[in-house]
Amino acid sequence: MSQILVIAEHDNRTIKAGTLSTVTAAKAIGGEIHVLVAGAGCRAAADAAAGIAGVSRVLLADAAAYAHQLPESLAPLIAELGKKYSHVLAAATTSGKNFMPRAAALLDVAQISDIVEVVSPDTFVRPIYAGNALATVQSADPIKLITVRTTAYGEAAQGSSIAAIENCDFVAAQNIASFVSEQLSVSKRPELTSAAIVISGGRGMQNGENFVLLERVADKLGAAIGASRAAVDAGFVPNDMQVGQTGKIVAPDLYIAVGISGAIQHLAGMKDSKVIVAINKDAEAPIFQVADYGLVADLFKALPELEAAL
Amino acid sequence: MKILVAIKRVVDANVKVRVKSDGTGVELSNAKMAINPFCEIAVEEAIRMKEAGAADEVIAVSVGPQACSEQLRTALALGADRGILVPAEGQVEPLAVAKILQALVVKEGIDLVIVGKQSIDTDNNQVGQMLAALCNFPQGTFACKATLKDGKIEVTREVDGGEQTVLLTLPAVLTTDLRLNEPRYASLPNIMKAKKKPIDTISAADLGVDIASRLTTLKVMPPVERSAGIIVESVAELVKKLKTEAKVI
Repeated sequence: MSQILVIAEHDNRTIKAGTLSTVTAAKAIGGEIHVLVAGAGCRAAADAAAGIAGVSRVLLADAAAYAHQLPESLAPLIAELGKKYSHVLAAATTSGKNFMPRAAALLDVAQISDIVEVVSPDTFVRPIYAGNALATVQSADPIKLITVRTTAYGEAAQGSSIAAIENCDFVAAQNIASFVSEQLSVSKRPELTSAAIVISGGRGMQNGENFVLLERVADKLGAAIGASRAAVDAGFVPNDMQVGQTGKIVAPDLYIAVGISGAIQHLAGMKDSKVIVAINKDAEAPIFQVADYGLVADLFKALPELEAAL
Repeated sequence: MKILVAIKRVVDANVKVRVKSDGTGVELSNAKMAINPFCEIAVEEAIRMKEAGAADEVIAVSVGPQACSEQLRTALALGADRGILVPAEGQVEPLAVAKILQALVVKEGIDLVIVGKQSIDTDNNQVGQMLAALCNFPQGTFACKATLKDGKIEVTREVDGGEQTVLLTLPAVLTTDLRLNEPRYASLPNIMKAKKKPIDTISAADLGVDIASRLTTLKVMPPVERSAGIIVESVAELVKKLKTEAKVI
């Protein structure tokens, strides 16, 4: 039976949604599931992890060295603990993508990035070429290090069970990297990667100020706001709003693409959405080829109309 | 300071690849190939550091078939001083590439390695982090800003919720994100000059690196294609369809 270690992403108090999806992927592998919560002052997050359905043990590494979860400290910890497991999993977020390959190299094993399906405990499906192909890969390594595309798995329930919490004393002190600051966007809207509805703007928005038109519709729908790479490159909006191969991968119930032509790399980030709506004045835009509902219209007319109709 | 930049030869970003009908991979014969876009940003960043007087030499390395020398020439035309080709056929996994780069870091006495955050073909996003682990260097991944400061490097990183800034000792590894810089185009005189710059060939075996695969690709399949839906005539019709037909609002 597999012994699976899931690395939790947390803010010292709560467990991020991506980790809950990762636990679901761990269940698909099958076996005993443990969760590592590493941080500084993160006991509350460990308590939260202990309540995730399907988790039998929580490892708590609470030390100053793990503040901000820098990969230079986290990877040696994961490599040390990982030796006792057959699988180590983390969400394929900017956090998991940062420390997991570092841990894999320390263990001298390959990493299997961004899995969307578990075929068997050693065989997984992952998208390549911006999702234009799905590769089924088999690992020959004794420990499988895996990042999980969270949109491919539902979130494990929380609060239904109480797993034991075990303290972990291993401390990987390092003096090569230090945290300076962080500038996080503050938004009352749902998180882009877990929102049920996402509305995104592209180059057709013409400038950043016009995104207020999307915001008004988003407010009516309780939606998150995204953007195409073109809109980010043009400086309309910050990069953390980018949906696409090189940005965030989303799969909401409803995705509304406004003024987005539908480049390959954008489609890679949203084509698994349940329902896609495209609003674009160019009837030939490739986005219409993947849209369930297309509206050929000037977005500056259509968005206020949409806001009024909701 | 000596900078090593790794570049990967990939299918051009604008080519829509098709899966081979026998499920062994994707069809790449005759496809237009290019430097991976993130690697181009890495080359640009290194050259800017050299132009600013912070670096003495920029070395570009590529692991792959002989044809990678085309992409190395492009890097030289952009301003890299010399190239290294490590020949390899078929897919070389990120861990093996990281081991090759580690050997070159030691051999060349490198102070800073800059690589792209991911390649647009295999989408792994691993090499920089693995290299940093093998060398025990700090890592500044998904960098959108990098500033050399008193023998250290301050890196601002693109993270899910916004940006994070870290301070790293040198030597270090950076992986580039899109907003780090806008790569220049090679000028004709520089393309001509690049033809005279050296490209050395070193085998993985000579570097003492085993590049055997750890993963076996069993099959490659096309994803389920979405088909185009319907065109609605008005916003009112769209809202009605979303409410009554799709039932998503």
